[in-house]
Amino acid sequence: MSVKLINATNLKKSFDQFIAVDNIDLSVSRGEVVGFLGPNGAGKSTTMKMLTGFLEPDNGEIFINNINLKSDPLKAKEYIGYLPEGAPSYSDMIVADFLSFIGKMRGLNGNYLSNRLEEMANQINLKEMWDRPIETLSKGFKRRVGIAQALIHDPDILILDEPTDGLDPNQKHEMRNLIKKISTNKAIVISTHILEEVEAVCSRAVIISNGKLLANDTPKNLENKFLNKNTLSIKVSNKINDVISKEIKSLLKYDDVRIQKTDISAHTILVSDNQKNPNLNTVLKQINKLKLDIIEANFQKVSLEEIFRTITTENNLK
Amino acid sequence: MNNYLNKTYIILDRELKGYFRTPLASIFLLVFLALSSGMTFFLGRFFERDQADLTAFFSWHPWLFLVLMPAIGMRLWAEERRSGTIELLITLPVTNTQLVVGKFLASWIFTLIALILTMPIWITVNYLGDPDNNVILISYFGSWLMAGAFLALTSCLSALTKNQVIAFIISSISGFLLIMAGFNLVLSAVRSWSPNWITETISSMSFLSHFSRLQMGVFDLSTLIFFISMMILCLWINVQLVQVKKAD
Repeated sequence: MSVKLINATNLKKSFDQFIAVDNIDLSVSRGEVVGFLGPNGAGKSTTMKMLTGFLEPDNGEIFINNINLKSDPLKAKEYIGYLPEGAPSYSDMIVADFLSFIGKMRGLNGNYLSNRLEEMANQINLKEMWDRPIETLSKGFKRRVGIAQALIHDPDILILDEPTDGLDPNQKHEMRNLIKKISTNKAIVISTHILEEVEAVCSRAVIISNGKLLANDTPKNLENKFLNKNTLSIKVSNKINDVISKEIKSLLKYDDVRIQKTDISAHTILVSDNQKNPNLNTVLKQINKLKLDIIEANFQKVSLEEIFRTITTENNLK
Repeated sequence: MNNYLNKTYIILDRELKGYFRTPLASIFLLVFLALSSGMTFFLGRFFERDQADLTAFFSWHPWLFLVLMPAIGMRLWAEERRSGTIELLITLPVTNTQLVVGKFLASWIFTLIALILTMPIWITVNYLGDPDNNVILISYFGSWLMAGAFLALTSCLSALTKNQVIAFIISSISGFLLIMAGFNLVLSAVRSWSPNWITETISSMSFLSHFSRLQMGVFDLSTLIFFISMMILCLWINVQLVQVKKAD
């Protein structure tokens, strides 16, 4: 059985009348990367602040590596590396001094500290900025400094609040690669509202909205569970009139068959079914019978984004 | 225990170096030296008094500190909250008490440096005459103690706000009330409605009367206890405020 490095149950937190987090359970094992998804203000950051010991939950318990965060916060915090939202840092310090300060506060010293600092400079690509004041760095480098301070003590648990926010596409790509690389022996929680990020790096997606946990599964399972309605799209280079249209619909025995005009000379036939995915072979054979010239055939995959929208808006409507 | 002190020292070290990373330290030291000597020679009439002591120098300290200590201490917590670094600090394996004490000690040591830099005036008075150096030493110590009380108060109040200017203003006003606590200006406002013991308690909290005793060379245990307990009380409230206000 895998070791649960984070185990939180019944977390609840409200600010005055506003319930920010409402009975959330969350456990993360070693080797897992959990993507925390939700619209802005859903309670992602509040949950992360509770997991790192910055905020105390009104209700519920958090165990970090089997240590109760409430009763032994200092011990529990040793296992966590945390990148707060916006990657705050002491902007007047130079990168080296800042990381060394955090390292010392994390109990590192002597050779081990120097080794870790060097590793961070190499692993996070901070070498060229090492002696520069943080306030003079670009947003991307500031974010890297934030990641480096979270990683300096090589923690078992990494909690990253929007680690790629504000980065350019190349930097995002690098950051994701880095997360993937270090994820093998750590439990990682990242919050984001970028869905492709979850698809790219996360082994599990947790969707929350209005403080409630709405889904907690692998991205793949979420696709299967929530929108099992993949649409087969077939593009043909023929004009399709009403007669042919009727013929197509009668040949294809699926719930939903639609024909759309793509451009002057091409049409697209969209086939979907509530019970099961349409069978590509069967559909192509039927269309061939009508002597239509098929240019292209593919499944329109349901994206995590659609799932996200469906789940969070359904919840709002309720 | 060793580990506990070590973390407090790391906080202190970062904070103290922080003063010198920006022009703040040099500007502060220059202003402090210029004002303290200016007041001694022009307002305190150091030469005209024709006495070999530093009364003219020390008697202005409460008023100087009223403005300068809030200037040093206003950023201690307000800046951490404004920039969000408070989240980094609190999620480190360290207690709020260690953080508060480390930061406070850094600012207190910084004022010690400022006081040490005024030593030429001590040397001058020794060159010109034959002062009682014990009195001067006790006055220096008293001045540093009073600065500590002002700083602890400022540190505590700076945890209330994200805005350094607000922290500065409320610290200066509170400091002014504490300086004047023994005077009728403050006492008359309280005397009319409160029992006698409250008036007396407030009167006994006057920074000015405690400091003037030290300045005369009277090393009074009650004064020492007063300033130290004032610091401990303010820092204790500071720890509570950090806990309550951290996420606002």
